[in-house]
Amino acid sequence: MSSENLEEFQQDVRSWIDENLPADLRVGNRKDLPGGSLGKWIKAVTSKGWVTPQWPTEYGGGNLDRKQAAILMKELKAVRAPIISSFGTSMLGPTLLEFGTDEQKEEFLPAISRHEVKWCQGYSEPGAGSDLASLQTRAVKEGDEYVITGQKIWTTGADKADWIFCLVRTDPEAPKHEGITFILFPMHQEGVEVSPLTLIDGSAEFSQVFFNGARAKASHVVGPVNGGWTVAKRLLQHERTTDGGSEGGITGALKETLTDIVKREIGLKDGVLADPTLRQRLAAQELEARGLSLTMRRAGEELRSGQAGRDIGSLGKYRWANMVKNEQDLAMAAMGTQGLGWSGPGFEDTQLERTRAWLTTRADSIWGGTNEVQMNVIAKRVLKIPE
Amino acid sequence: MGLILTEDQTILREMAKSFFEEKSPVERMRKLRDSRDETGFSRALWKEMGELGWLGILFPEAVGGAEMGYGELGIILSEAGRVLAPEPFVSTVLLGGNAILLGGTEPLQKELLPDLCTGDRLVSLAFQEQGRFSPYSIEASASRDGDSYRISGRKSFVLDGHVSDQIVTLARTAGSADEREGLSLFVVDANSPGITIERAEMLDGRNAASISFANVAVDASRVLGEPDHGADILDAVFDRAIVGLSAEMLGSFEEAFERTLEYLKTREQFGVKIGTFQGLRHRAAHMFGELEFARSIVRDAQSAIDDGRDDIAECASGAKARCSDVAQLIGGEAIQMHGGIGMTDEEEIGLFFKRLKAAEITLGDAIYHRDRFASLRGY
Repeated sequence: MSSENLEEFQQDVRSWIDENLPADLRVGNRKDLPGGSLGKWIKAVTSKGWVTPQWPTEYGGGNLDRKQAAILMKELKAVRAPIISSFGTSMLGPTLLEFGTDEQKEEFLPAISRHEVKWCQGYSEPGAGSDLASLQTRAVKEGDEYVITGQKIWTTGADKADWIFCLVRTDPEAPKHEGITFILFPMHQEGVEVSPLTLIDGSAEFSQVFFNGARAKASHVVGPVNGGWTVAKRLLQHERTTDGGSEGGITGALKETLTDIVKREIGLKDGVLADPTLRQRLAAQELEARGLSLTMRRAGEELRSGQAGRDIGSLGKYRWANMVKNEQDLAMAAMGTQGLGWSGPGFEDTQLERTRAWLTTRADSIWGGTNEVQMNVIAKRVLKIPE
Repeated sequence: MGLILTEDQTILREMAKSFFEEKSPVERMRKLRDSRDETGFSRALWKEMGELGWLGILFPEAVGGAEMGYGELGIILSEAGRVLAPEPFVSTVLLGGNAILLGGTEPLQKELLPDLCTGDRLVSLAFQEQGRFSPYSIEASASRDGDSYRISGRKSFVLDGHVSDQIVTLARTAGSADEREGLSLFVVDANSPGITIERAEMLDGRNAASISFANVAVDASRVLGEPDHGADILDAVFDRAIVGLSAEMLGSFEEAFERTLEYLKTREQFGVKIGTFQGLRHRAAHMFGELEFARSIVRDAQSAIDDGRDDIAECASGAKARCSDVAQLIGGEAIQMHGGIGMTDEEEIGLFFKRLKAAEITLGDAIYHRDRFASLRGY
């Protein structure tokens, strides 16, 4: 599309947002958004196909090209509009577009675009965390169905999900990467039991899911039977693009920056933070954040210019996790006992929020490949140290 | 801007790399050290670099320079750092030369900089009087005497001070020790009556002099910047010098890291390559991350200067703080991972370790520069 047309598109997007985005939603992706307004907004976005802007129209998408989609996202972020996304839009959808049969695409994609069906991801198991390929949940063929037995854990939103995309073992004799199948089935059926897990930060977004004779249609296998590992890895790449790419993550949504909270808790004396050790640590933290964002920018520029040496993009996940965790550690140090509150009174909202963030961010060095796994990958693939 | 190399910069890096590999392998530095060479580096090689235009990178064409920037100079310094070349970039270009460039009158620049760009003139900066970096703690004094000043006092750690033609000297013309105001910078000829220079050898094989000034006369026309406001020039000089020094450190610890990585891939113990041990693999991965973050921060600081941004000081201190931390990390890990052999003088890794320590301390360590960074950031 020509740049003139892109400008016109940008104008169209702006006026459309003006008309359709309720004022009380212009606050970013918060959890406590007013339901009425949110419902209207979702309806407006889905009617344009802009929940999945780059998908073809036949599957409910917006049929935009990459540049148009980027403009749309930029404009939405500029007014702090809530971004409507789900496991369906960011993970399963792109995977189905690549590996799904025509029938599967027709059956599942439109409902994802309309934000109607909630999906959850059945990957991790109690015995298969970092070593995902050792998963044990069994699926046995019975006529034109599979019968599923086993257990998943860390399933986000399982208690609210309608369907699950799930990794199951279909050939227990094969080497562990070669007996895995990627399959879809409904959550609301006998043989599926969901038990939410309360985490150290008090949240309960993850569940354990038990399968005891749950049933899936054989036609709902995505990719080849026993060839699910390739599909699974591809989906994880979509996951990493989504999560690693999201700006700020949980800390971006906090009401107060780290520097502000440290200044407020510790106080300045003659313009200098009253605690010299915390001051040193805060400076180090700011430099770490700078180093990360500059390095990720450089990774992009190197890639585009074709002068990439070692893959510095590989550093992103684990350095980001450390940075986010250290930030909360520092906030906790600054707050002292004011950081030990679980609920008011006696504690300010910003303090309670930081305490929960400190707990929540402990997970950042665990999910999506633990720091240890990330470092193994860097040593092997990037530094090429033989194993 | 400036996070990745331009095409021209890539060509310059290839040139510099083969120049230093061919003419200045690490053994050269060792020989200079062991023979107690009276200069401590090679004047001939320095002039060759002048002919290539590398010494004049920062300086205007009008005085024989190439009028390029820290992006380019950083490339040369990194490659010099990779082979531990002891030539006087820090003293003559980054400190002395920069002081004349940023504070000198036009006649003074025209008098001194052309020879500096060719490599025929060496200049040092005499500021330090105590061990820990503390640029305004100055007791050496200068008092007005007609058309000239008289300087008295003692300076230490004057890099390459034993061979410099001019010594840019920081002295107090007003105020009391530790005050930023009341400092002045003078261009003093090294052979002026009343100057005594003692050469001292440092742990990295380089040289720093102790210099005493006994009522040394210097003409008032040789003041850099405004009298009593020398710190304005000094701060700007240090900001640029630490960005350049950080680029040199980057080259040195990158080389130390590469050598250590190679050692992990080849050294065998317990019947396997030691690089198969996860404890070492993770530490190697961590060093890689630290190295690459440092590179990004240094390149950003170079662009801050070259693009005339308003956050030069903050970026410069940020770069020196990070590079000083990484120098300690990679220097220390390089010795540790080389094991006993790393403790021997014969193995070159120890030469990197010692140079990195000297560079870390020179012009302020990580603690100093994080402190300054915090002040500049408003806390």
